[in-house]
Amino acid sequence: MPIFGGMKPEALLHPTPAGLYCPPGDFYIDPVRPVARALITHGHSDHARPGHGKVMATRRTLEIMKIRMGEGFCGASEAIGFGETRDIDGVNVTFHPAGHVLGSAQIAVEKDGLRIVVSGDYKRGLDATAEPFEPVPCDVFITEATFGLPVFNHPDPRTEIGKVLESLAVFPERTHLIGAYSLGKAQRVIRLLRDAGYGPPIYLHGSMERLCAWYEAEGVALGDLRPATVEKGAAVDFRGAIVIAPPSALQDRWTRRFNDPLPAYASGWMTVRNRARQMGAELPLVISDHCDWGELTGTIRELQPQEVWVTHGREEALVRWCSLAGIAAKPLHLVGYEEEGE
Amino acid sequence: MRRFAHLLDRLLVTPSRNGKLALLSEYFRTAPDPDRGYGLAALAGTLTLKSVKPALIRELVAERMDPILFQWSYDYVGDLAETVSLVWKPEGEPGDPGLGETIEAMNALGRTEVRGFVRAMLDRLETSPRFAFIKLVTGGLRIGVSGRLARQALADAFGRGVDDLEAVWHGVSPPYGDLFAWLEGRTAELTIESPAVFRSPMLATPVGEGDLEKLDPADFAAEWKWDGIRIQLVKSGATCRLYSRSGDDISAAFPEVLADDTFEGVIDGELLIGGTARSNAATRTFSDLQQRLNRKTVTRKLIDEFPAFIRAYDLLDEGGVDRRDLPFGERRQRLEDVVSRLPHDRFDLSPLVSFTGWDELDRLRSTPPDPVIEGVMMKRWDSPYQAGRAKGPWFKWKRNPYNVDAVLLYAQRGHGKRSGYYSDFTFGLWRDGEAGPELVPVGKAYFGFTDAELEVLDRFVRENTVERFGPVRSVRAEPGFGFVVELAFEGIQRSTRHRSGVALRFPRIARLRADKLPADADRLAVLEAMLPP
Repeated sequence: MPIFGGMKPEALLHPTPAGLYCPPGDFYIDPVRPVARALITHGHSDHARPGHGKVMATRRTLEIMKIRMGEGFCGASEAIGFGETRDIDGVNVTFHPAGHVLGSAQIAVEKDGLRIVVSGDYKRGLDATAEPFEPVPCDVFITEATFGLPVFNHPDPRTEIGKVLESLAVFPERTHLIGAYSLGKAQRVIRLLRDAGYGPPIYLHGSMERLCAWYEAEGVALGDLRPATVEKGAAVDFRGAIVIAPPSALQDRWTRRFNDPLPAYASGWMTVRNRARQMGAELPLVISDHCDWGELTGTIRELQPQEVWVTHGREEALVRWCSLAGIAAKPLHLVGYEEEGE
Repeated sequence: MRRFAHLLDRLLVTPSRNGKLALLSEYFRTAPDPDRGYGLAALAGTLTLKSVKPALIRELVAERMDPILFQWSYDYVGDLAETVSLVWKPEGEPGDPGLGETIEAMNALGRTEVRGFVRAMLDRLETSPRFAFIKLVTGGLRIGVSGRLARQALADAFGRGVDDLEAVWHGVSPPYGDLFAWLEGRTAELTIESPAVFRSPMLATPVGEGDLEKLDPADFAAEWKWDGIRIQLVKSGATCRLYSRSGDDISAAFPEVLADDTFEGVIDGELLIGGTARSNAATRTFSDLQQRLNRKTVTRKLIDEFPAFIRAYDLLDEGGVDRRDLPFGERRQRLEDVVSRLPHDRFDLSPLVSFTGWDELDRLRSTPPDPVIEGVMMKRWDSPYQAGRAKGPWFKWKRNPYNVDAVLLYAQRGHGKRSGYYSDFTFGLWRDGEAGPELVPVGKAYFGFTDAELEVLDRFVRENTVERFGPVRSVRAEPGFGFVVELAFEGIQRSTRHRSGVALRFPRIARLRADKLPADADRLAVLEAMLPP
């Protein structure tokens, strides 16, 4: 049993049906039900929900919430910068970059010499559209486990994006329709295409236009973006173009406007061929906003926490790995996180 | 290996034939020799490679990782080669050994060297090539590409006709260096090792509306259209091969029809099960023939239970002399002579059907004397044997299809151009269940309708979905509400795999019956009555 300083870690943070709760500070982190005080790690809708009283998050996360949920998404909001600390009823909270999407944070919760880091969703891989992950030494590290199985080894995203360009050469007539989640993944895919030298306009599903414009305003250059809409009577069928849409739209009537569309999905789940086939992906792109197995286990090795708590995803395998590595670990069994970003 | 692995990855998730052709052609055009030749062999099923048992792969992975984490990984992925390719932690320098180099090295190994070689390859290869390698050495390469499709893509890649390629295909062997040189025009002539090559078959066109009025019955011979598989028997010296209609070599599965060693030449015919007319035993149904199809080898017991024979249609070559330019009538006489000298229990002649007018032939077509007949063939007496499906010299006039009115039960999204539509449908008929009348699925159909009809079906599915299972939706189907279509099909047989106990051949949608309610649809008993005895 690890020995901690002043208090038991479960007294500082523990799971409740509404989410991870800090009794001394009386706040929740990423609560799944409306609460009086919430700290939000990032803007994906399973972590950032409307209806809370007070919300603390990074400025970028607050802006994303406003874009997605409207002005009245909470009672009162407070922006906090990376590296800044706030005292909430004697509990110190500090936000650090998580590398997941733009504005995403890990939250360090500290009291009486005990520090717990809630990583939220995070990744360690290359990404020009998110602030890079910062390792924070801690006593207890709370990690996600979305891709918590040894089979998940995300390849270099530049290799994956190269497949799109190769496919365009083999199928120059077909519309390459890439399913990518509207917040984070879409912008990352566009940026990867641009960095690979793809210059032509990229067409967007209507639901992602505002977020892409916001990314640009935040300094993430995305090049020539246009709406994938058809003027009445116009004979445009997006032959040989790249179109980015949320994954759900790829199975919708919406796709009928395109010329023999070639469905591609950008997701960590595309690692598994059967999963890609079930989704109907003809071009699976393994591009993930989450850690793969190597990054999850590497981060735990790097931080050397006394305990690891594992939340949403495939907890059991990561807990097993920790026990083989001699690190105390337990699953948290939090519910309500649907891996929306993937 | 990387190129080939990438091709496999794309083929595995590309459902459309044209998509597969484009990917394959690109590979054949651009991959280096001898890799592309070995890749072609792996796809066309002509590759010889020392094989490895899956158990060896499991043992190797157990050397490297926790068995419980491996088991959980395998449970999640569901495929051994894929799981191992993903969880393998390579040691040493990664690389990209060529496909040809790898296959040649593998085949040169002694028995004791295999384990070390496979381990070293798993270490050297990246994830996707590692998957391809394991699939190749464990013999589990199933990617939905037939030998015929691979050859079509090869012909496309170099702007050749597939018939030109078929003419030489069985005379060349992996890694096909001479074949690629010829296809690329680097050599003018291709030396064929074996003359027992496949000739592209002559095909018939269906009798269409108004075709017969313009034709004189006296110009045509008629014969029955038998419901087996079209084959070509080629004998040249010591070499004897049996080819399917698509040019796949199926000799190993039917040794009993290859036993004769007197004949030299090429016979076009139908492969059937049962006794020949000359042995006075019945011809058996297509479902009996299915017991013998898609097998690499065959047991004595299976041959005894389901004996195969050839019902001859045509003679293409006689003693090494090409007869294809002769008129059908003359070829037929020569064929009769040849068949009379072949073993009586393995060969007979497809009898000619005498008729005087089209009306009489129409009656014969509708009431054939044998249940294994699916219509009539009409061949101009003066027609030479020409590859392909030219309209005019040969016609097929099938028995009318069967029809039932069935109820739409499930729909699944289509692929490619149809990916935004529910275009694959499952239909059911009524039977008496324990709790009263129930609909039981009898078959799937995904063509036969127009684009406008597809819009109607798709809208019905979207507006009347009851449940979703992944890509499949079940729709409302009650006696007073649902969607009825007229299903057309070519035949019916018993099936233990289908809940209804029957399987339809070649089902398609003949008409939408918006005028009917599900209560008006047919009962399963209607199909059961059509079953052969």
